[in-house]
Amino acid sequence: MTAFFVQTLNGLASASSLFLVAVGLSLIFGVTRIVNFAHGSFYMLGVYIAYTCATSLSGALGFWGGVLAAGLAVAVIGVLVEMLVLRRIYSSPELLQLIATFALVLIIKDAALAIWGPEDLLGPRAPGFTGAVEIFGRAFPTYDLLLIALGVAMLLVLTALMKKTRFGLLLRAATEDREMTDALGVNQKLLFTAVFALGSFLAGIGGALQLPREPATLAMDLGIIADVFVVVVIGGLGSLHGAFVAAIIISLVKAYCIGLGSQTLFGVEFEFSKLTLVAEFIVMALVLVFKPNGLFGKPIIHSQTSAAVELPLGKPSNIQLGALLAGILLLAAMPAVFDEYTSVLATDVLIFALFAASLGLIIGTAGLGSFGHAAYFGLGAYGAALATQAGFGFLSSLFLGAALALAAAMVFGWFCVRLSGTYMAMLTLAFAQIVWSIVFQWDAVTGGSNGLVGIWPPEALSDRDYFYWTTLTVCGVGVLVCWWVVYTPFGYALRAARDSTVKALAIGLSVKRLQWAGFALAGGLAGVAGAVYVFSKGSISPEVSAIPRSVDALVMVLLGGINTLLGPVVGAAVFTYLQDTLARSTDYWRAVLGAVILLLVMLFPRGIVGSIKQFAQRRRAA
Amino acid sequence: MSKALEVSGLKKSFGGVAAVRGIDFHADAGEAVALIGSNGAGKTTCFNLINGQLTPDGGRVSLFGLDITGRSPELLFRSGVARTFQITATFASMSVRENVQMALMSRHREVAGFFSLATSRHTVAANELLADVGLSEQASRPCAALAYGDLKRLELAVALANEPRLLLMDEPTAGMSPEERNALMRLALRVCRERKLALLFTEHDMDVVFTHADRIIVMNRGRLIAQGSPSEVRANEEVRAVYLGSLHV
Amino acid sequence: MKTKLFLLATSATAFFAIHSASAVAQATIKIGEINSYKAQPAFLEPYKKGWELAQDEINAAGGVNGRKLETIFRDDNATPGDAVRVAEELVSREKVALLSGTFLSNVGLAVGDFAKQRKVLFIASEPLTDKLTWANGNDYTFRLRANTAMQTAMLVPEAAKLNKKRWGIVYPNYEYGQSAANWFKKYLLSQATGGVEFVEQAAPLGRIDAGSVVQAMLDAKVDAIFNVTFGADLQKFVREGNTRGLFNNRPVVSLLSGEPEYLDTLKDETPNGWIVTGYPWTEINTPEHKAFRDAYQKKFNDYPRLGSVVGYATVKSIAAMLKKSGSTDVAKMQAAMKNLEVMSPFGKIVWRAQDNQSTMGAYVGKLAKKDGKGVMVDWRYVDGKSVQPTDDEVKRLRVGAKK
Repeated sequence: MTAFFVQTLNGLASASSLFLVAVGLSLIFGVTRIVNFAHGSFYMLGVYIAYTCATSLSGALGFWGGVLAAGLAVAVIGVLVEMLVLRRIYSSPELLQLIATFALVLIIKDAALAIWGPEDLLGPRAPGFTGAVEIFGRAFPTYDLLLIALGVAMLLVLTALMKKTRFGLLLRAATEDREMTDALGVNQKLLFTAVFALGSFLAGIGGALQLPREPATLAMDLGIIADVFVVVVIGGLGSLHGAFVAAIIISLVKAYCIGLGSQTLFGVEFEFSKLTLVAEFIVMALVLVFKPNGLFGKPIIHSQTSAAVELPLGKPSNIQLGALLAGILLLAAMPAVFDEYTSVLATDVLIFALFAASLGLIIGTAGLGSFGHAAYFGLGAYGAALATQAGFGFLSSLFLGAALALAAAMVFGWFCVRLSGTYMAMLTLAFAQIVWSIVFQWDAVTGGSNGLVGIWPPEALSDRDYFYWTTLTVCGVGVLVCWWVVYTPFGYALRAARDSTVKALAIGLSVKRLQWAGFALAGGLAGVAGAVYVFSKGSISPEVSAIPRSVDALVMVLLGGINTLLGPVVGAAVFTYLQDTLARSTDYWRAVLGAVILLLVMLFPRGIVGSIKQFAQRRRAA
Repeated sequence: MSKALEVSGLKKSFGGVAAVRGIDFHADAGEAVALIGSNGAGKTTCFNLINGQLTPDGGRVSLFGLDITGRSPELLFRSGVARTFQITATFASMSVRENVQMALMSRHREVAGFFSLATSRHTVAANELLADVGLSEQASRPCAALAYGDLKRLELAVALANEPRLLLMDEPTAGMSPEERNALMRLALRVCRERKLALLFTEHDMDVVFTHADRIIVMNRGRLIAQGSPSEVRANEEVRAVYLGSLHV
Repeated sequence: MKTKLFLLATSATAFFAIHSASAVAQATIKIGEINSYKAQPAFLEPYKKGWELAQDEINAAGGVNGRKLETIFRDDNATPGDAVRVAEELVSREKVALLSGTFLSNVGLAVGDFAKQRKVLFIASEPLTDKLTWANGNDYTFRLRANTAMQTAMLVPEAAKLNKKRWGIVYPNYEYGQSAANWFKKYLLSQATGGVEFVEQAAPLGRIDAGSVVQAMLDAKVDAIFNVTFGADLQKFVREGNTRGLFNNRPVVSLLSGEPEYLDTLKDETPNGWIVTGYPWTEINTPEHKAFRDAYQKKFNDYPRLGSVVGYATVKSIAAMLKKSGSTDVAKMQAAMKNLEVMSPFGKIVWRAQDNQSTMGAYVGKLAKKDGKGVMVDWRYVDGKSVQPTDDEVKRLRVGAKK
């Protein structure tokens, strides 16, 4: 029992900093509707800046001054980011803003590497809180007690801010009803900048307060952002108290999992500590299945992404069909002209083109958010790899891989399409993380973190050019299916449901069932891409279904242009080519890639293809 | 013969506040019935109970004797009910014709189709419907490019694609100029007569109501306080009292 | 429009193909070095320095067989898929003689399997997974560093001497951690005199909840601890353990914690008396290490880390192999790798013929604090040869290995 109590205190101490970071993100989202990936980077900067202050000025001033300085410095950075980058793209589709913040993650990470170097930096203990006190016979760090108190204090301060001040009133108003704030005659620009300052400040403080508990490392940004997303979503987007409760729930669940250790359940030994890898995502999935808007959240009214620019599809014209044929012929002729490595690179491009095109079906045609598309890519890959190891041939393995992805997409999709907007996207993320952790831990079947090796195509296809043609055939057909679907009654019905759900229901469309089918189809096609991928690499390991792979796919779709057929394919080509080239030509390729993405997002908010189309339309109109 | 639409004892309350307190009325085939009432009278709730947006707490809605109480919008469509929205709802990324084709494909249960081009489905029928509402020339234009009045007519064409037996129109003329209003209502009435469908609409413009409705149903505080022909309703004392003489017609 | 874009894309690719193909110089022997430079900079920046030092030394002495060594460094983005693509590029476009590098085990295995498929030589420098040279081993893949089983085996005799009954094991929740925990249990059970039992804590890599884990260890009343965590996890674990008194009267045996990469970050938190594997660089005064250390410090004005030694020894091994083979023919290089003897900063190492594993060992000693910094004391070198399983066992382990 005392063990349980002390673990509760441990959980509460961890919850404090998580709460601060999460509530910052939640407030920013509430007002601006931006899912800020860079929030984790702000947190990381907080730790680093606090480290610099605490080590260059010793004693209490260095540490506590450092905490404050970190908060303020990160607030300034947040404001700069808002004013220089995000302000320019508020009118763009929400997902595009997400990609811009992801680009910032890349840039900030490399900047931190350049400033603070690669080594982990363990900061000093907090002056005055270096030791422990005895609680139930256990030595418990005084600093952890302080953190618990600070967490509660910050909750009270923020509650007062929200309830008692005009700024708080505006924040709440903007969170609940954006148009109302417009009506109140508020300077929206100022409000957005202010909420970014506040949110970033909290992230900076949250990071700085962690300094005595963990070293500053370059992996902190993505390490915390997933936790923070989970907290914000469980609590309900935009909800202050929700973030508090959710941070406590998540931290306690983890602490109890560790406290339980190995337990024998129904005669089977179960290692609860292993659950810490995925516990928060399981909790999030459960919450979302039963409470679609989180514990304290209200349904979000999403601003319509500008679907109006999309012109009616009509029939594919003869010019388009001719171009398609010419394109296919050109692609088929490529190995004759270029070197072998071009075929290897082009194979990657084709695989990612199908992966992105299938995601395009979900987020473009069906208008549903997905942050977890890599789950189906990964399942396709693992399905094919396992089938091959079980002795199935190449084609059967591709088929079985795709079938596994399809089956999973049917199960997960059934839950996902019942939610809307960001919540749905987060549930897809949760499912993807669950898939990832199963693959990661199920050593006997999936090879655990090492994955599976030796999955090569049959001898006849193993030549780089032959495998390129194989990929061109399989993935080409896959992409054509993605394109074709858009023209079919099914694709039209998906777009109808996206354009106006009430109208779609009123003309008798089973919106949820259609979306479910669309989700499953896209998952299956992503599975095909994954299955081909495993043969192109000869091996597979869990990171194919991890968050960065899902983000890559989103970047490809949005870079190329959402709601365009060619967009995801062009996006995949540009992204893969950039990554390949940049990684070769500069040490700071990550930052350069981030900068290029940021530039593209700001210059071509409709994506590359979307912008070309718009340009062509304007010229035709002029 | 049973009534096209028959509503009896319809009830709905929200958190203990009764919005609709037991309503009975009907509409015949080929008849245009207006549902009116001041703000908070319960007409929107009543309308949404019939069109499937809300589920009633009690009472019954039937269509030609068939119980359709509490059916989802999707099932209502299958039962032969069509509706238009106060704020026009169309599929913005499609052409005018494709909007109608979408409804036709849904009616013919073809939306799971993978093996045909959507734009080639029911082209003739779609063109006929568009001709009927006077949108032939706009058929190939992007729906997003239509003027407001044309969008309303498109909504009507989409509704008619279902060959409905009951057409529900929520504030059909909101946001239109007086000429446009009358033109739209004449169109709605014509299809109502020609196709022998029952038309139930809510409307706040009393000019429109008293000019075009065959019968008017007046609600106040969740109850039906009068129904009858325009002249009967105009003469009704209670209606006059409720509307505080605002019915200068 | 579609055609235009395709043309654009293809012509851009063509430009690049020509651009990089022109850089081929005949006189050098090219090595394709693939690593997670961006994802693991703390280890790999010193690694690259060690690499460059060795290469410069070799080239200054006239190269190998009259040809200079040239290394093409490529980042693998810490993913096996990208690593394999980069490997394809190095092999097919850059025409490298052999591949080397990799840090993460999954990347190492993927590149190893690629090497077998494309029949190129691969000298894996750092990945620790046992599978690389055993279960998934192949004739094209060779590994420098002592694998997880060997590293664990170095510590087990020390652990057995402690005579403790109830062991707590803390490990990062992925293959390396799981494998180390399993070897530890297996070896200790066979060496301990009394009965032993184990309590385990698997923490997500890089995200350990140290307070809770330390608490759980205290609550489980363990007598001693085997630690596998490293990097940020280790720092969190050590600080919480110090604050909460976990290490009072409770001996700890810990993998890799004496390596400068991990030890130096602990500073004044360095726990006293931990039995660790590591690299006490200040105190190793063998001629070969002294020469290496002096040259390294002179060239980079920085002290060597373990990564520096690994990078250095990898290049030296490659050079020795090339000298022996006299050719970059794959079969000849394979043959030359067998029982190749190389002088490394840690002394002479041998590339074993039976499993393509080098005998490079590690230093086992105790942690101590000196001037607010962590150092290793009472250390001794454990030759990798002495902790390798018997040849029969190796044969059994390599049964899954394909030609």
